[in-house]
Amino acid sequence: MQRIDKANIRYDVEQAEIRLRALFLQGIAGDEAAYRQFLQATASHLRAFLRRRLSSWPDEVEDLVQESLLAIHNQRGTYDTAAPLTAWMIAIAKYKLIDWLRRHARRDSLNDPLDEDNEAFTTADGDAHEAQRDLRKVLDLLPEQQRAAILHTKVDGWSVRETAVALNISEASVKVAVHRGLKALTVKLRNES
Amino acid sequence: MNTDELINMLASGDPRPPAIPVQRMLTLVACGVLASVALMATFLGVRADLMQVLAMPAFWLKVLFVLALALIGWRLTARLSHPGLYGAALAALLAVPLAVIWTMAAWSLMAAAPGERSELFWGSTWRVCPFLIAGLSLPILIAVLRAMRELAPTRLRLAGAAAGLSAGAAAATVYCLHCPEMAPPFVAFWYVIGILLATGAGALLGPRLLRW
Repeated sequence: MQRIDKANIRYDVEQAEIRLRALFLQGIAGDEAAYRQFLQATASHLRAFLRRRLSSWPDEVEDLVQESLLAIHNQRGTYDTAAPLTAWMIAIAKYKLIDWLRRHARRDSLNDPLDEDNEAFTTADGDAHEAQRDLRKVLDLLPEQQRAAILHTKVDGWSVRETAVALNISEASVKVAVHRGLKALTVKLRNES
Repeated sequence: MNTDELINMLASGDPRPPAIPVQRMLTLVACGVLASVALMATFLGVRADLMQVLAMPAFWLKVLFVLALALIGWRLTARLSHPGLYGAALAALLAVPLAVIWTMAAWSLMAAAPGERSELFWGSTWRVCPFLIAGLSLPILIAVLRAMRELAPTRLRLAGAAAGLSAGAAAATVYCLHCPEMAPPFVAFWYVIGILLATGAGALLGPRLLRW
């Protein structure tokens, strides 16, 4: 029986890896729809992964899902295609989780099994709860140019060129402002909680 | 903002990642090494007989030993700066240069007359050698840690230690241009202590400076 379970889990892990990796690689090659699907699937996996490990803080799960998604997005350039994508994602999610736990100075919860990597991304949890903190408000704390660059290109649907004209900066500067802004957002999230 | 809105936000616009600024990172590390060379040349001085020394195998054994550690440390640092990559196999490779230098050290101690052995081990600069190597490693270590912030190390203490190892070994290579000691037993012990000091400094600084 146990052997069958193990075989099933391995199968699920492989399926998750194949599907997520295909979407991710299409996404970072410029396919917005694939990238959106990748993030949606990732969010469900992250939720299941974090819910199991944050059983004492169910209300914080969604905040950490968002923080991990943001981290995965910000670091999408650091994925080495020679390694499994899920290993990369889990390493990031685990880092954000441990960082969070450390901030909350509750080391006892580190005793939760953090090392069962393989089982981690077999399950998905699409049932999103309300996040405790509003990312929109944290976004307002960013420097004006970064905030405007993010909102125009990512919320208002403007092109990079339109944003560059509106902000009176170069297109390259818009891209840099978006990237730096989203990275600064993670720092703000960390300092805030 | 709920999670779906966040996803929409992140996926909108061009999802292609910005290029990793490899050039800037390499420049940063090169500046660190140059600063270390400048410190060595200013405060310690290049050894006067460097040209003669360049013809001696003992000098090259020393240089190749620390250079091998630096290269492995560098690869290790790069791997540990990427989420999901591990360094155990590469770390095991560190045993090779160590085994070579320790074998050479043992051999030279056994070949020497009993009265000369302590001289081979202690040399005349053992009191300062590890600290000078550790000191020279600081500009390199700071540069490497700064460069790593462009990537995403997830095990900060380990990644910091790898940075310290590569910085320490690179600093030891720089120190070779000054160091008057040539005996393998000296290098096999005191150089390693100096590199370990730098590794420890990296392990201490990593969790503080590499968080993201």
